[in-house]
Amino acid sequence: MTGRPSASRRMMSGRRPYQTVDPRDRGGAAQPLLIVEHLTKHFPVRGGLLNRAIATVQAVDDVSFAVAKGEVLGIVGESGCGKSTTARLLMGLIEPDRGALVFDGEEVGAGLSVTALRRQMQMVFQDSYASLNPRLPIVDSIAYAPRMHGVKPAEARERAETLLAQVGLNPAQFARRYPHELSGGQRQRVNVARALALEPRLVILDEAVSALDKSVEAQVLNLLRELKARFSLTYIFISHDLNVVEYIADRVLVMYLGKVVEIGPVERIYRSPRHPYTRALLASKPTLDPDRRATEQPLTGDPPNPINPPSGCRFRTRCAFAEAVCAERAPVLASADAAGQSAGGHFVACHVPAAQEARLG
Amino acid sequence: MASTSTLDGGTVRVGAAVAPAQPGIGYWRAVGRRLARDPITIAVTIVIVGIVLMAIFAPWIAPQDPLAGSVLRRLKPIGTPGHWLGTDETGRDLWTRLVYGSRLTLIAGVAPVAISLVIGSCLGIVAGYAGGVLGNVIMRLMDVFYAFPSILLAIAICGLMGNGLLNSVLALSIVFIPPMCRIAESVTTQTRTLDYVDAARASGTTTSQIIRHHVLANVLGTILVYATSLISLSIILSAGLSFLGLGVTPPNPEWGLMLNSLRQAIYVQPLVAALPGVMIFITSMCFNLMSDGFRSAMDVRLAQ
Repeated sequence: MTGRPSASRRMMSGRRPYQTVDPRDRGGAAQPLLIVEHLTKHFPVRGGLLNRAIATVQAVDDVSFAVAKGEVLGIVGESGCGKSTTARLLMGLIEPDRGALVFDGEEVGAGLSVTALRRQMQMVFQDSYASLNPRLPIVDSIAYAPRMHGVKPAEARERAETLLAQVGLNPAQFARRYPHELSGGQRQRVNVARALALEPRLVILDEAVSALDKSVEAQVLNLLRELKARFSLTYIFISHDLNVVEYIADRVLVMYLGKVVEIGPVERIYRSPRHPYTRALLASKPTLDPDRRATEQPLTGDPPNPINPPSGCRFRTRCAFAEAVCAERAPVLASADAAGQSAGGHFVACHVPAAQEARLG
Repeated sequence: MASTSTLDGGTVRVGAAVAPAQPGIGYWRAVGRRLARDPITIAVTIVIVGIVLMAIFAPWIAPQDPLAGSVLRRLKPIGTPGHWLGTDETGRDLWTRLVYGSRLTLIAGVAPVAISLVIGSCLGIVAGYAGGVLGNVIMRLMDVFYAFPSILLAIAICGLMGNGLLNSVLALSIVFIPPMCRIAESVTTQTRTLDYVDAARASGTTTSQIIRHHVLANVLGTILVYATSLISLSIILSAGLSFLGLGVTPPNPEWGLMLNSLRQAIYVQPLVAALPGVMIFITSMCFNLMSDGFRSAMDVRLAQ
């Protein structure tokens, strides 16, 4: 492993203006930790006599974004919009058709190998049970990846027990248990510990809390926040739960049918969403506040089939504001400010955001 | 679950049924521990060990010659002095032949299963993990063998290669490879899409490490159980081959062959004639029960 100082030592090394204590940091605080460029994945749909590709599902289509060091980027969207495919593409679990990843200034595949990337980037899956080997005691599951990277068994086990304690599970009680002997929340803590075992800098949380009870979800969310501060982590937080994303994320990326429709700081997007889809999504967010009851037209119908997405803007078939131009050209991400000035990193892919603004008055 | 756990891991109270931390107990030791608490499995395992010991130490257990017969003492009943299990149709001591017969029967039963276990699971894991063209070629090849009923296939192969123990073992191995391969392939395909395999891949584990640590445990767990249940089938099939004159040749003692030759004596000495069949029944049932016991012992989710 790299000679990274232990977490406690880094915590005690005094407050510095930037968190650049990590010796693996290359670009400094201004260099985004991860830049994703034109990531595209189309799955062939096979059928017919010779099992030929008869169509393609455009699961992820030309997705670009960047994640700054130390931030939490939330990715939201309906199921089937390509959130999880994006996560798997980032982890290299499936091969992208096109696109580049730049991790801390180094292009993956050129300057940085996928293997090296995987040690700095880890993932927590939604299904807490399926993501642990049922035949391994949890301490061995956590120690597994470090051992495969050549850490001595005793040392890996010791580190795994430390991590268990850090995710709030007493090693003396839990280390030798099997996954089926734990509750969902406990298992997800184990999965978080497993993801942290290789000391990654970026953790992708793919619906990591979605399957948990609300109270447990809150505990795990708080744990994630705490771990982020302790290990100076960066998160990509994928969820369909807008409340959770609002709570944990610094910036939000909204996906629709494999495309990015809006991206920006969480408070801007939640306060003044510009894309009609984001508006509808936020309006559908359940709230307990009677003064904030939904006023927007709720979205009707299912998303169109990603095999043959609509021409131009993919949302136009469900959009109340669609105009002729929406069917002709696909909108590109542009600054959300109508005057074209910087809008604090708020970008939207819509032809008519200003028009709707006017219409809504 | 017996433990009453609060959600906050730090203050979990552990119920009485959950033992305190037991450091250093691996998976296989836990399996052994569960087996030790299962009296039926222990009993049938002891019977099987007894049969194996009987095969190994046959000359000491039955000092008579299994091939020496006499027309003078044909078909003696059970309890005859000097032949406590009686004699067969050519006057050979049945106890001696049963003891010696366990040798050939066990070889004919276990060897094809062991051979097909190794070859079948290798092929299946390769097919399941590689998928694509290679996987398809392997699996379609297996389907060709599936097109024949297993006993017909064994007869055809044996007929082609001539009779004898070795050929019957080879024929049965070929018969058992396709089902083994199929099981290994389906378990591998299931396993490799599991999140924990993805998680292992995501942390940079190599393909061979994943196969050795995650896939093999799943495949072996399933296939060992299947293999032990195949042993009984293998014993019966090889007995069938001997019966047809394709496997072990007379006068060598083998239970299937003995059952066949004593068939004609069923009206004269029914109890004696049934004895080889009883041995086949006991042995195959014990193997079946043992495989059941192992299956539940190896499933951590059933563990208490």
